[in-house]
Amino acid sequence: MLEKIINFIGDAKNAKTNRIIFYIILVVVFASDFFVDREHAHYIWDKIPGWGAFYGFISCVLIIVVSKFLGHQGKLMKKEDYYD
Amino acid sequence: MTESFFHPAILFIAGAFLIPLLWGKVQKVYLLIIPAIAFLVCIGASQGTYGVYHFLGNEIIIAKVDKLSLVFSYVFTIMAFIGMMYGLHVKDAGQHVSAYLYIGGALGVTFAGDYFTLFLFWEIMAFSSAYLVFAQRESAAVKAGFRYILVHIAGGVLLLGGIILHYAETGSILFGPIEHSGSLAFYCIMTGFILNAAVPPLHAWLADAYPEATVTGAVFMCAFTTKTAVYVLVRAFPGTEILVWLGVIMALYGVVYAVLENDCRRLLAYHIVSQVGYMVAGVGMGTYMTLNGSVSHAFSHILYKALLFMGAGAVIQMTGKRKLTELGGLYRTMPVTLTLYMIGGFAISAFPLFSGFVSKSMVVAGAAADHRPIVALLLTMASAGTFLHTGLKLPYYMFFGKDSGLRPKEPPMNMLIAMGIAAFLCIAIGVVPGQLYRVLPYPVHFEPYTGDHVTSALGILMFTALGFFLLLKKLDPEPTISADTDWFYRKGALVFMWFARKPVGAWEGFITEITNTAIMPFIYAVARIGFWIDKNIVDKAVNGIAGIIMSLSAGVRRVQSGQLQHYAVGMVLGIMVIIFIFSMIVRG
Repeated sequence: MLEKIINFIGDAKNAKTNRIIFYIILVVVFASDFFVDREHAHYIWDKIPGWGAFYGFISCVLIIVVSKFLGHQGKLMKKEDYYD
Repeated sequence: MTESFFHPAILFIAGAFLIPLLWGKVQKVYLLIIPAIAFLVCIGASQGTYGVYHFLGNEIIIAKVDKLSLVFSYVFTIMAFIGMMYGLHVKDAGQHVSAYLYIGGALGVTFAGDYFTLFLFWEIMAFSSAYLVFAQRESAAVKAGFRYILVHIAGGVLLLGGIILHYAETGSILFGPIEHSGSLAFYCIMTGFILNAAVPPLHAWLADAYPEATVTGAVFMCAFTTKTAVYVLVRAFPGTEILVWLGVIMALYGVVYAVLENDCRRLLAYHIVSQVGYMVAGVGMGTYMTLNGSVSHAFSHILYKALLFMGAGAVIQMTGKRKLTELGGLYRTMPVTLTLYMIGGFAISAFPLFSGFVSKSMVVAGAAADHRPIVALLLTMASAGTFLHTGLKLPYYMFFGKDSGLRPKEPPMNMLIAMGIAAFLCIAIGVVPGQLYRVLPYPVHFEPYTGDHVTSALGILMFTALGFFLLLKKLDPEPTISADTDWFYRKGALVFMWFARKPVGAWEGFITEITNTAIMPFIYAVARIGFWIDKNIVDKAVNGIAGIIMSLSAGVRRVQSGQLQHYAVGMVLGIMVIIFIFSMIVRG
């Protein structure tokens, strides 16, 4: 069962189906945030529906871009024999 | 005190010496049974103070048992069992011995009631864990092991210095909350502790050594050193403001380096830095909620991080490769390992129903409740980064992605069972957090499963995944290593060696040359003159004086003739001389 699911996900033939399932999950997650009780929210952004999705996406992009910038332009990334 | 307490560290430290004497199945059973007994001992332990001695006028407390030390002892003994199960196939008894000593050291620190005991076990941990790196027996591992032990010795010296200063100031070596005086003792002890917690810039030993350790050794290492450091920080430094910001920096620092990393275990090591950041920040905020958060997050972290290291270790064990650029497509033949790894990945990423969700959110919610919006936002951002790497990047490039052509089998059964136990606990804590909350040091008033918390957590994670797939090309691993703060002592050592070889060596040659051409002839000439003076003047003078004394003595000997009239003449002459001198003086 588990093996079947994993093989389905891994197989390149099913890439399109995987993508559709993924987008459906995104829509469901995003939509569900509009239907929950926000009485305990501490800050203004916690009261905005969809904030988590927005902040997660922005965080992800920011982390990748900033890290790669530091790695390449900031010269953090070195050849593997750098210390030899 | 009617209660008695059997210190579980004794089981491991004394028990370690029996391991080489046992073999085959007996040894395997023994390796598993000691952690099981230790766990039961900890579960049954009653709170109190045990092993109080007076030593050089100071009170020594070998074991102080309270809720805080107990919760760490539970997870340490559980982890000892899982780690031993994972390493059961290893034939190298030395590794088992050092793992036992290491676990014993961690338990010793956990129960230590005074700094003397704490320091002793602290050092046992440093040395026994270093062997787990050396045991890999490759040149890179041996070098990394030496750097590891040197860094930990430096940290130990700072800690010891702090303890001595603290004793000089307060007259006590009892281990407890340290007054926030900002004294040198305060900073020395804190630096010693945060070095082991891998707080930047003192963290590079972790990302340096852990990936070089043996497959099974790394599993123990990722569980004990940083978490005992979290424990001592919770005990001694709650509410230290600087730790809040160090923790936030850690959480993001690890995430940034993990993007650049190609070595699978080094990527996971950077995520230890990131995750311990939450715990350190929780200690810094110092409210009951954040301290509980730090402890519970340490508890779940030990289990899911060990699971992740076990998963990556299983791949290394079966393929002999550890770089993401060389791996890929393993889902075909290692689906069980992939599934178990992903449970760890979901747990560290704080997916609802997994352990990270109920522990990490305590720290973040604690920050919000403590009116620290920036801290809460930055820690949430780090959370997205965690899923990005350990939940998406690593498994994607290891198990899916480009097919490397490798078709490894699943790892040995004992490794799968160990991973299974850890995975089970990761889910159990996430589904039924009440049991974990009951053993936390402070009363818990926290409900992780509220509607908005679940949906916003899922939103953060799933849209992180969207970002990942959109930027997938940018994330392709590159065959590089990343310069970190270990650059300073690795390149620093090269500068030192260059300095020793070049300027110091050249200077030494110059001095030798001058000595040979100018100074030595001069010294020889002086020596020759000295020899001539010695021979012709000093010797002659000595001989002359000796001759004079000898002839004088001969004369004196003649005076003592034994004949009365000679003595009478002598007396008369003497008296005359005295009278003469006397009259001269009186006249004068």
